[in-house]
Formats: sequence, C-alpha cells, structure tokens
Amino acid sequence: MPETNKHIGPKDFVLSVEGLTVSFDGFKAVNDLSLYVEEQEIRVIIGPNGAGKTTVLDLICGRTKATEGSIKFKGKELTKMNEHQIVHAGVGRKFQNPSIYEDLTVYENLELSFPRGRNVWGALTFRRDQEVLNKVQEVADMIFLGDKLTMQADLLSHGQKQWLEIGMLLIQDPELLMLDEPVAGMSVSERKQTAELLNRITKDRSVLVIEHDMQFVEDIAHRVTVLHQGKVLSEGSMERVQKDPKVVEVYLGH
Amino acid sequence: MNKISSLIERYQLSHFIILAVIIFIVMPLALDSFRLNMVGKYLTYAFVALGLVLCWGYGGILSLGQGVFFGIGGYCMAMFLKLEASSPENTSIQSTPGIPDFMDWNQLTELPWFWEPFHSFAFTIVAILVLPAIFAFIIGVAMFKRRVGGVYFAIITQAIAAILTILIIGQQGYTGGVNGITDLRTLHGWDIRTDEAKTILYFVNGALLFVCLFAARYIIRSKLGRLLVAMREREDRVRFSGYDVSSFKIFIFCAAASISAIGGAMFTLQVGFMSPTFVGTGPSIEMVIFCALGGRLAILGAVYGALVVNWAKTSFSESFPELWLFAMGALFIGVVMAFPNGLAGLYQTYIAPWLQRFVPEKFHWIITGRSQEENPELPESLQEEKEPSAEDKKSTQGDLSHAGN
Repeated sequence: MPETNKHIGPKDFVLSVEGLTVSFDGFKAVNDLSLYVEEQEIRVIIGPNGAGKTTVLDLICGRTKATEGSIKFKGKELTKMNEHQIVHAGVGRKFQNPSIYEDLTVYENLELSFPRGRNVWGALTFRRDQEVLNKVQEVADMIFLGDKLTMQADLLSHGQKQWLEIGMLLIQDPELLMLDEPVAGMSVSERKQTAELLNRITKDRSVLVIEHDMQFVEDIAHRVTVLHQGKVLSEGSMERVQKDPKVVEVYLGH
Repeated sequence: MNKISSLIERYQLSHFIILAVIIFIVMPLALDSFRLNMVGKYLTYAFVALGLVLCWGYGGILSLGQGVFFGIGGYCMAMFLKLEASSPENTSIQSTPGIPDFMDWNQLTELPWFWEPFHSFAFTIVAILVLPAIFAFIIGVAMFKRRVGGVYFAIITQAIAAILTILIIGQQGYTGGVNGITDLRTLHGWDIRTDEAKTILYFVNGALLFVCLFAARYIIRSKLGRLLVAMREREDRVRFSGYDVSSFKIFIFCAAASISAIGGAMFTLQVGFMSPTFVGTGPSIEMVIFCALGGRLAILGAVYGALVVNWAKTSFSESFPELWLFAMGALFIGVVMAFPNGLAGLYQTYIAPWLQRFVPEKFHWIITGRSQEENPELPESLQEEKEPSAEDKKSTQGDLSHAGN
C-alpha cells in the first residue's frame, strides 16, 4: 500500500464524484456512481466492455453532460463547466486512440499544448521564447522523444504517439491526469517504460487510468475500481479486488 | 544563425516579390487601360479567395456565402458614392431632389435612416471593415458555439447568400433592386470613371491586396495558424488542450469576411456599380473555385486562382457563351479530384523541380519560395532533417528556434 494512503481525510480528495448518473435514451451508462481520488494517487478503473469506464472520463472532462450527480474537483463543480474551462481548472484527458496533430511536428504538438496564449489575441501574439523551448525539451525528454522534436508526428510509431499525447498533457501541468488505455498497442518494453513514466509523473499529481492489461495495472495502480454496468462493483488494492468473488464472477474469471 | 534566418526570410518572400512584379510592373506595362481595369476587377475577387484560404484551407470552415461579405463591402462603398452622385443639383429633375434616383422612382420622398451615415467617408471606411465582421460574428456565434460545422455550415451560408439576394432585389426602393446601385461618378469630387482614375485605383487595389496578403501571412505563421491546422484535424484534442475552439473559428471567419469586404469596396470603385448578381449563391461558389484552383493552403495561390479562372472565363465566354458554365464545373471537379492542392500544389510538385534544372543552385530559393507553414502537410524541415544526438541539447534547441520561426 503506498504511503499516500496513510492520511486519508476528506480534504485530501482531489476529485469527488457523487451520485453520478448519465442516461442515453433511458439506458443508464453510468448509474449512481461515486468515486474519490486522492492527491498523488494512481487510480485504475477496470471493468468488462460496456461497463461505462470511458463514459466516466467523458463526464469528468465535460465531453458528456451528466444527467444527475456531482463531480467536484478541488471544490469546483465540473458538471456546469465547458471543456476548456475544465482544462483550465487542471484536468487533462488522453483519448483511447492516440489523438495528436499528425500534420504538425512533435515540437509543434507540444508547443500548442503549452498553457499560454489560449485565447485569440494570445495565440496571435504568442512568442516562442526560452521558457517555451526549455519546457518542451524537458517534457520531450521525459516522454522519450527528446531527439524527435522536428519529426512530423504522423511518422511516429503507435507507442510514441501514445507518449506524445501523454506529453501534451504533461506540458499543461494538470493536477488530475486521465488516461484512457495508455498502453494499448504497445510492445512489452514500451509498456515497461510507460509504467515508469507514470510512476515518475505522479509525484506532482493524481492520475486516473482505464486499462485492460492486468500486468500493467498491477505495476502502476495504488488502488483499483471495478466498474460493472455503470456501477462500482468493488474497490481497493489490486490484491483485494482480485480476490473479491463478485469481481471474479463478472470479470476476471469468465 | 543569423545567416540561416535571413535566408529563410528570403525563401518566404521571394514569391511575394514575383507577384508584386507581375501586378505592379508587368500588367500595367503589358495591358491597355481597359484590360488593366479588368485585371483590377479580377483582383478584387482575390480578396475573397484569400479569405477562403484562411477560413476554408486553414480553418476547415467551408463557407459558400462569401459573396455576402463581398457584397456588404461593395454596397457600403456604393451607398457613399451614390449619395455623392445624388446631390440636389444633379438630381434637380426628380420629384424629390437630393435622394438617389432609384428611390425617387420608387416614390420614396426621404432618405432612409440607414443611408444617412453613408454621407461620411470615414464612416463608410469603418463600415466596410466592421459591418461584415459583425455579421460574420453573429453567424459564427450562432453556428460555432453550437458546434455546427462541415456540410451544415456550408448549406447555411449558401442559404444566407440566397436570402440576402432576395432581400436586396425585393427592397427596390432602399437598395436599387435587381439593377443594383448604378451611375456612380465621383469620390470626393474625383471622377472615378476616367482612364487615369482607373489606373490609380488599380494600384490602390494592388497595394490593399498586399496588405491583406501580409496580414494573412502573419496569421498563418502565428500560433493561431498552427491551432487552425490542429483544429481541422483534431478538434476535440484542441478543446481538451484548453482552447475555446469556437472563438478561433469565429475569429478566422470574421477576418475572412472583412478581407472579402475590402475586395467588394474596391470592386465598386473600379467597376462603377454594385448589384445583387455579385452577392448571391452563384458568385459565392465561383469564389470557392478560385480558391480551390489556386490551392486552398496557399495565400498567393488565391490571387493566381482568381486571375486564371476569371481570365479563362472572359476568354471562353466571349467565344463559347453556353459552354462556359460546364467548363467551370469540369474545372472544379478536375481540380478537386486530381490536384487537391490546386495550382500551388502543381507548381510545388512538378513545375518547381523542373525549373530548378535550369537555374544555378544558389538561386533555387527564388523558385521553391514557399515557407513550411504555408503547406503544413509537407514540412520542409523533414526532408533535410538530421537527427540531433540526445546529449547535444544545445544544437537541438538551435534547430528549434529556427525550425518554426
């Protein structure tokens, strides 16, 4: 159990999701879900297909509007905010398929994500100064792409694209990082590197990850939440969740 | 470093210089006053095509109603000129002297309120730039905030162009109806109908076009330009990087509208009238063809596209009036199917390499002339890329600072 769990208190929750429900034409993809994420925690959400994992991330980042319930991030209610306001509040989201700007270079991808000049006037007058160059270089080194800055993003391998998108989030410096299947399609060695990367970057922030790869989940998770039919089925350490008979029945044992 | 960056500057400017030579030296020397005036008219469409490069090529927003903004600019200028031409002395034979002739024919006895401010030239200039931007802003807020885009946006802009034409034709007493606003004579007492005036207006038009070209170049090369490219590909990613996507779309749509309106105002000055035939759905689509033919990612291509299509239109329609529209349609389909990057793409892929064989390497920059940003799909830096070693960070940063400048 990581040491961050020793001082659990309500004030330590970065994200508190309470009674969250979303219904699409009567079908409740997420049903009365509650979830609490602490500071500097890596939380992994697992669950069978259609359990509502991606929908939960969509709801938190504002892509889907909740039917009921509340999402509080550092005391701010996210359900009433726009996507870009949620990003400004400090939430970053990585999509399931690498979502990067393929027409631009690695450098430009990272620079566009740098949190400055985010309105029209700011973007028109944005200047590439030493601060931007240093930050881009720092993040690029962190995501193993330090020597590929001038490469067009389209030419990267699948794994490198995944890293680039993680880098685009890191440069925003979010307090909550949400990753949807970050190691999907990666080779074994790339997975290892990604696990290391995630463990390194979580020192300053909380991370919410959706993942299917159980080995990877074991490597990174502080705690695991199992979703089933839009509800929390089980929650706790990987070890505990794996032994939970309900979980074995619906998910791990099938 | 300095040497490299000045070379890059030259790269990007060489084609601007070539175009300037064509417009300001070759054309006036080679053409008589009548033909020069015609080229001036074609160049006013280049403003609209340039606006389309920004909002369609870069922003991915296809507007089939740019004629609306061209028309607003043109009508603003026409209203000013018409009021000057309708002085009480000039119109003493009318039942109500001092108002435009078409109002008198339509039994109006008083100048409508919205015509009043157009007595002032300063107001007219501001209106030409600001009115279309306000109109574009309203459309933009209504559409982009609700995330209407793509085909739906194109259809709606087309509908707006149709509505505006019907409105202008229907309100004959206020707008001059289907004939438009005609018989424009002087600008502050300066007769715009003489050959000399037309030549001067041609140069003013060319100069304004270059101002707009440089403004467009600045926008494209700024971070906003890269954001537009990013948005075209991955709108969601841009949104979740903390940008309000709709505000950028509204901005570029407004910018395109204002640029088009300058073209419209210069059209009125050079041609001497404005009518709804330049506002409606037909001309709006033609303007998209100018842009597509020139290359929708090439700001200079827009100028060449407008010139080439209009020149062809004039020559063909003189000889084969019935066939011209089919030729135009075929041209558009051909360009979209075979050369999605238009003349600019054609030049870059085939003509430039061919020309290079005849020119010493030292002067290749004159031919290749395009900056990386103007064609983000083919960044030049890639072709000459040398991978810097991981330890040598200083050189990497050096590469960076000029790679994107």
